[in-house]
Amino acid sequence: MTAPTKSRPVDRARLPVIRGVSRSSPPSRGSSGTPWLYLAPALVVLGGLLAYPIYQLGLISLFHYTQAQVSGGEPTTFEGFGNYAELFADEQFWQVLLATVLFAAACVVCTLAVGCALAVLLTRVRAVPRLALMLAALGAWATPAITGSTVWLFLFDADFGPVNRVLGLGDHSWTYGRFSAFFLVLLEVVWCSFPFVMVTVYAGIRAVPSEVLEAAALDGASQWRIWRSVLAPMLRPILVVVTIQSVIWDFKVFTQIYVMTGGGGIAGQNLVLNVYAYQQAFASSQYSLGAAIGVVMLLILLGVTLVYLRLLRRQGEEL
Amino acid sequence: MTLVGQDRKPRVNLVRRFVRRPGRLAAETAALLIAAVVAFPLYWMVLSAFKPAGEIESSAPRPWTLAPTLDSFRRVFGQQEFGRYFLNSLVVAVAVVVASALIAFLAATAVTRFRFRMRTTLLIMFLVAQMVPVEALTIPLFFLMRDFGQLNTLWSLILPHIAFSLPFAIWMLRGFVKAVPEALEEAAYIDGASRARFLWQILFPLVLPGLVATSVFSFISTWNDFLFAKSFIISDISQSTLPMALLVFYKPDEPDWGGVMAASTVMTIPVLVFFVLVQRRLVSGLGGAVKD
Repeated sequence: MTAPTKSRPVDRARLPVIRGVSRSSPPSRGSSGTPWLYLAPALVVLGGLLAYPIYQLGLISLFHYTQAQVSGGEPTTFEGFGNYAELFADEQFWQVLLATVLFAAACVVCTLAVGCALAVLLTRVRAVPRLALMLAALGAWATPAITGSTVWLFLFDADFGPVNRVLGLGDHSWTYGRFSAFFLVLLEVVWCSFPFVMVTVYAGIRAVPSEVLEAAALDGASQWRIWRSVLAPMLRPILVVVTIQSVIWDFKVFTQIYVMTGGGGIAGQNLVLNVYAYQQAFASSQYSLGAAIGVVMLLILLGVTLVYLRLLRRQGEEL
Repeated sequence: MTLVGQDRKPRVNLVRRFVRRPGRLAAETAALLIAAVVAFPLYWMVLSAFKPAGEIESSAPRPWTLAPTLDSFRRVFGQQEFGRYFLNSLVVAVAVVVASALIAFLAATAVTRFRFRMRTTLLIMFLVAQMVPVEALTIPLFFLMRDFGQLNTLWSLILPHIAFSLPFAIWMLRGFVKAVPEALEEAAYIDGASRARFLWQILFPLVLPGLVATSVFSFISTWNDFLFAKSFIISDISQSTLPMALLVFYKPDEPDWGGVMAASTVMTIPVLVFFVLVQRRLVSGLGGAVKD
């Protein structure tokens, strides 16, 4: 999947670049080593703090590793896939996995819908409303996950929150029920992640020649039709990027769930994989089980990444 | 459409435009309403930070206050070593931003300005590295930091965050480095500039706007980090960062909402300032990274 075999127009467009470099720098051993010299710091850091921990994660997941082993009280024993067997036999794991997938899917769909709709809206209004919406969105974007979580909790607080007063819900607790707790977290996640989609898609729409849109409007196309038949296809590369980014971010939600549902909700009803792994490892000292969950997450996201790469390649994008 | 009203007085013109474009009026009203809804949580946060305790714990909260007070902020800053936490957060974030920007700049230059074997493989690896769930690596990183005796030090936060912000930074900077014309490079060499000189005195200043846009992401992910701060700084509280200080006020049973909101405000403001400063570059940077 690495070597691009087909010669695409983009590759040809690059040829002068290659010639330029070879002309300006004598083809000596020094110059062929230069890129590696530039890459060295990045590779050292990534190797030591990303690749090695991933390897370690896989390793830990294959051992029996609890508090006793950490403190050196008992020797570590190799378990093979024992931890995975235990995990897959655990009903809670499957529940958490299902909840994670559904929750992430709901977050992604809502984020994209809100982000794209508002991006289109931004193109329909004049400077002042646009600036207002842009600034509000930037504010939401910039808000740290942890402060966003506490603020939304406060807004929906049963006793002192304004939302219950406005909706006349009395002291209804949003974090008590499983679905309403997930819903509350979803609102916060969408609130802080739609701005990225909105800003990116808006930048993309602005890059679409206005003649195209005017022609569509003159032909009597409705807003929805223009979006579906003109904008969306033209923005496809951008939409792919924001979708994948959203999938990855929302699949890994940690802070919001941890803070808003108090570490996973009543009896773990609001656990997602990330929080589940953390709880197994650091609360129950089941480091190897936590690592196994981490490996599962890693594999799922790797799958998403492969889909992403395929989409990129199909679009004929060069790397 | 504006041509129609050109011979009239401007005021009439304005009115006519609204009447003639009910769609736009609706769109602008919607935009303003949505802006208000989106901004409301932040407004409520700042408002609650300034409200006196009695008004916060009221069953009929009002969206304004007539008696703003700094009590909550006093509690926050009076908390043991809050300034220290703030400073720690700042040190970690700045260290990560500077280090990852420099390292990513070099790496992005390598993958855009040179052809070499494994280049595509490397790029794909950088892309894949972006997808790695950082949180899943908490466990091995915890042991790594323990083995190097770095638990409870700021290094345990700085180093992993550099690693995690690098892949995205490299990926994003590619577009900016690519945008610098090759001709400039050739001209520099013809004029006798060395590689290093070209790199730092010509390329670096030209890519700086891109670096700024990129650093927003490293800054935010570092500043906002909660998991590592919680997992790696376990016993030495003097090395804690802001999120931990915020949680002091947030006790699940009886949260001190005033304190939480004041601490949240203090924590959000630096990010907001940073964001507003680089806002324009961020938008164009994203466009560049995505279109590229």
